[in-house]
Amino acid sequence: MELSRRALLGTTAAVATAAATGATTPARAQGKPVIKIGVLNDASGPYRDTGGKSSFICTQQAVEEFASHLNGYTVEVIYGDHQNKPDVGAGLARQWYDRDGVDMILDVPTSSVALAVAGVAKEKNKCHVNIGAATADLTGKACAPSIVHWSYDTYMLAKSTGGATVKAGGDTWFFITADYAFGQQLQRDTTSFVTAAHGKVLGAAPYPFPSTTDFSSFLLQAQGSGAKVLGLCNAGGDTVNSIKQAKEFGLEMKIAAMLMFITDVNALGLETAQGLRLTESFYWDLNDGTRAFTNRVKPKTPDNWPNMIHAGCYASTLHFLKAINKIGPTAAKAAGSNIVDAMKSIPTEDDCFGKGSIRQDGLALFPSYLFEVKKPSESKGKWDYYKTVVTTPAAEAWRPLSEGGCYFIKS
Amino acid sequence: MLSILGYNAGPLLAQSILGLINGAFYALLSLGLAVIFGLLNIINFAHGALYMLGAVVSWVLLNHLGLGYWPSLLLAPLIVGAFGIVLERLFISKLYKLDHLYGLLLTFGIALIVEGLARNEFGSSGMSYAVPEALRGATRLGFMIMPTYRLWVVVASFVTCIATWFVLEKTSLGATLRAATENAALVQAFGVNVPRLITLTYGAGVALAALAGVMAAPVYSVNPGMGSNVIIVVFAVVVIGGMGSILGSILTGFGLGLIEGFTKFVYPQGSGVVVFVLMVIVLLLRPAGLFGKAA
Repeated sequence: MELSRRALLGTTAAVATAAATGATTPARAQGKPVIKIGVLNDASGPYRDTGGKSSFICTQQAVEEFASHLNGYTVEVIYGDHQNKPDVGAGLARQWYDRDGVDMILDVPTSSVALAVAGVAKEKNKCHVNIGAATADLTGKACAPSIVHWSYDTYMLAKSTGGATVKAGGDTWFFITADYAFGQQLQRDTTSFVTAAHGKVLGAAPYPFPSTTDFSSFLLQAQGSGAKVLGLCNAGGDTVNSIKQAKEFGLEMKIAAMLMFITDVNALGLETAQGLRLTESFYWDLNDGTRAFTNRVKPKTPDNWPNMIHAGCYASTLHFLKAINKIGPTAAKAAGSNIVDAMKSIPTEDDCFGKGSIRQDGLALFPSYLFEVKKPSESKGKWDYYKTVVTTPAAEAWRPLSEGGCYFIKS
Repeated sequence: MLSILGYNAGPLLAQSILGLINGAFYALLSLGLAVIFGLLNIINFAHGALYMLGAVVSWVLLNHLGLGYWPSLLLAPLIVGAFGIVLERLFISKLYKLDHLYGLLLTFGIALIVEGLARNEFGSSGMSYAVPEALRGATRLGFMIMPTYRLWVVVASFVTCIATWFVLEKTSLGATLRAATENAALVQAFGVNVPRLITLTYGAGVALAALAGVMAAPVYSVNPGMGSNVIIVVFAVVVIGGMGSILGSILTGFGLGLIEGFTKFVYPQGSGVVVFVLMVIVLLLRPAGLFGKAA
């Protein structure tokens, strides 16, 4: 039964992919070279709302806004679904780079898929700008001269949420962890911040991912451990379910959702989510720039307001096009590292993240924000969910360059 | 504190109660599967999707028509059951003469389509469904906090299971149904409309799945992917219990919930596979399942 299911899934995958890649923006003009951007993410599965079509829409938004500045080339954006499968993602990446003339692959959430696609980009020296995946390895062990990582990573989340929670007195922890690359790394990174601040980890329940929907058993173990803080090293629907059930069972612990997006808060509802603390590098209501950006894209994605992944797709595409303007389409097509070198040489500036930079290992540097979810009575309307608790400046938010282990960084 | 096998009795008891709650969902879902397989010989892979549909329909009833949990408990199974009847008439009924595999492929296809459409319409983050007013709150049991709603799930599921078993095994309707699967031509000769009987049976099996979906909505978020998460485990339950055995699927559902609960406590990483390890062992020792009759 399992075999036929797999084979079937494979076939459906191929069909879905073929259908998905059909979505293109017609921007071709006669004669001019075409710079092609491929947005690759989960278009139909559990991470569809955190990235999905809204990432594609925000990428197109950037291209439309930059259209009058294009210097001797046109831009085309295509969209594909990797279904959270590393083999599907890597296969599509190869096809896009080799056959379809894609110059940059964008987004790619799900750490396991991201590492596979990064491998392809490195091997072919093609540009990959990762927004959606959490693993800090993209600018560490798995780094490459043609890769940029934008918006967030496990280290930055662990430092912001973990560090602040310990400081506020939460010095004993229990983890509920999705048992795969992403969850394990997030737990490891958080543990190092907890212990560095003289906190203690009293236990962890690594659960099988996916396929776990009931977390009550782990919640009871957490309660039994006597720890003050419950660290959730999971994402999406799993985080939503864990929090919901924690409320149901009257868990008397502070919950630190190590990776949570505004889209998850929306799914939980403020009644359940109020008081939670989480970290993002973008919030639509942060300042005039973020509000202006949100007002521009909102009509195109009315039910799914932008989170830090969507904003990252927009901002990095703008920056990518600035880099292409600088080096010209011929050099861009010659090597992905040419593009990324140019991206590193210009400071970034956009409505979503303000001013920032991309450092040598490919990591984009912005402030990170620790938010607290508002009470229902504090919320003035749709998607009015966060208040800012702590802002960590760009210089302190990220892993120091020397600690990443990126092979081309001389220490 | 009292200890069993080196573990404190309190947490162990708490874990077994949690296991029973999950078992209640397994039992309810595998019951519908067993009814459909036992009487129609169809391996209904769409069961998980129909369970999800039950939850989604109750969410839609609440948010678009203002109908709360209690009316949904009746309406959602009726609506999804009616959808099941349409499916059976239009597609599944064409396959009874063919090998099991065709039914499996068809229902799997239906599951993918239903899930895809739901995801397209409702997104993948899930939608929250509040616990009904009357079942809010929790009881302190000393060793754990027992949410009232979960207690209700166990009781409601148990009653539904027993009622279904009673109808199929102890009433004349059940006898006719079972006879129709043994020898349809003969039963038809007695003036019974067998195709209609079979259609209604499929509808009833689907309604059971939808009922489980409504009960799950306040516990888990209503999510288009919720069906595919449980369906494989539920199939394992049916296989261990014995394909088509009603009582077998009920007892195995609750039993496996318990065992899974213990595993989550002792070795969380193994909780995803323990059911399948058991399945392998049972299939090696008793290929027809614990309660199945050897063919």
